[in-house]
Amino acid sequence: MAGFDKVVLSYDEAMAGLDDGMTVIAGGFGLCGIPENLIAEIKRRQTKGLTVVSNNCGVDGFGLGILLEDKQIRKMVASYVGENALFEKQLLNGELEVDLTPQGTLAEKMRAGGAGIPAFYTATGVGTPVAEGKETRTFDGKEFLLEESITGDFAIVKGWKADRYGNVMYRHTAQNFNPLAATAGKITVVEVEEIVEVGELEPSQIHTPGIYVDRVIQGTFEKRIEKVTVRS
Amino acid sequence: MALTREQMAQRVAQELRDGYYVNLGIGIPTLVANFVPQGMEVMLQSENGLLGMGAFPTEETLDADMINAGKQTVTAVKGASIFSSAESFAMIRGGHVDLTVLGAFEVDVHGNIASWMIPNKLVKGMGGAMDLVAGADNIIVTMTHASKNGESKLLADCSLPLTGKGCIKKVLTDLAWIEIDAGQFTLVERAPGVSVEEIVEKTAGKLVVPEHVPEMTFA
Repeated sequence: MAGFDKVVLSYDEAMAGLDDGMTVIAGGFGLCGIPENLIAEIKRRQTKGLTVVSNNCGVDGFGLGILLEDKQIRKMVASYVGENALFEKQLLNGELEVDLTPQGTLAEKMRAGGAGIPAFYTATGVGTPVAEGKETRTFDGKEFLLEESITGDFAIVKGWKADRYGNVMYRHTAQNFNPLAATAGKITVVEVEEIVEVGELEPSQIHTPGIYVDRVIQGTFEKRIEKVTVRS
Repeated sequence: MALTREQMAQRVAQELRDGYYVNLGIGIPTLVANFVPQGMEVMLQSENGLLGMGAFPTEETLDADMINAGKQTVTAVKGASIFSSAESFAMIRGGHVDLTVLGAFEVDVHGNIASWMIPNKLVKGMGGAMDLVAGADNIIVTMTHASKNGESKLLADCSLPLTGKGCIKKVLTDLAWIEIDAGQFTLVERAPGVSVEEIVEKTAGKLVVPEHVPEMTFA
């Protein structure tokens, strides 16, 4: 590897440096566009005490849900965690802490974190349990809440195509939180369906520029669907 | 007669206008898409990052990378766009969505809404609901007027933890179309065959009843 070449050849190498107690930001919405092999690698490494930031926490047996099996997650920051029985159990036992965050606030926390903006004001959550303990300020007669941004030790991202320099494109709604997560990791790891040569991706069509990306790996994906719904 | 879920969706659909960008929540709001008037174009926003949500796919066109905010597989219409979650909520928070329709547990005379959390029951999360109610100007809440035990959901003050404060102005229940202003509900329309008395009886918060309360009409 030399210069801007970010490609790594093993999942072990992709997640090298992940330690107990770190914060990991993950892309994905439900099971759509989740970095499923990077999550499996975190399970294989048995890293403990993690804070995981992701819109959801997978389902039992797939996605981030598999990190609950050996109690690797200490704290989950998410907007909706309803699809996961093990999650409920550990939450009620007090083995798992959860910080429920409005979905748009969560997205903005990642975006702002990656952009070097430490906090921002939003109307979302004013007057609700989300506002407890948070500073508010009035602008133009309307009340806003100060929300702090999020950065992670690692960001794990699922892309469609990347070139060797780490320029990434996402496919359809598998984009979701992925480009935001990609900006907010000290080490950002992207797994993709296809790695192409530098110059093959049209520059104006790139979603995540390679400057945000530290490691790229090509994987194969199950792409499980949470709710198969077809026209009757 | 109380409105059916389909009639509620049909009544909400009367509020659609040509060229509207609309976000529909899960449940009755989703059904509104089935009643878009002929010749009218609306575009559905799904907060996971899709503007221009289409029908469900066929077995042949099923794609794991194409889902809606309810995590169901969907298609995109011609002219759709797909973007990140931050972009999606910029549309919502920035007030660019013309109409938002969502369900609730309770609404009160101050325009407060509670829709995500019942204490001592497992809390699954607010998803995008807090962003939607805080960001949108034009919101319609759809819910039953009273619980199965007959307890009113239209209150003087919400009893459950809020989703948003002072943001609701219009509520469609199975019995009535209600508007909220200046700390009171106003009865605007009633479901066909439902008496004003029944609505008054099932509304806990202060309700203003105009002299004439028309019945809803359905084409």
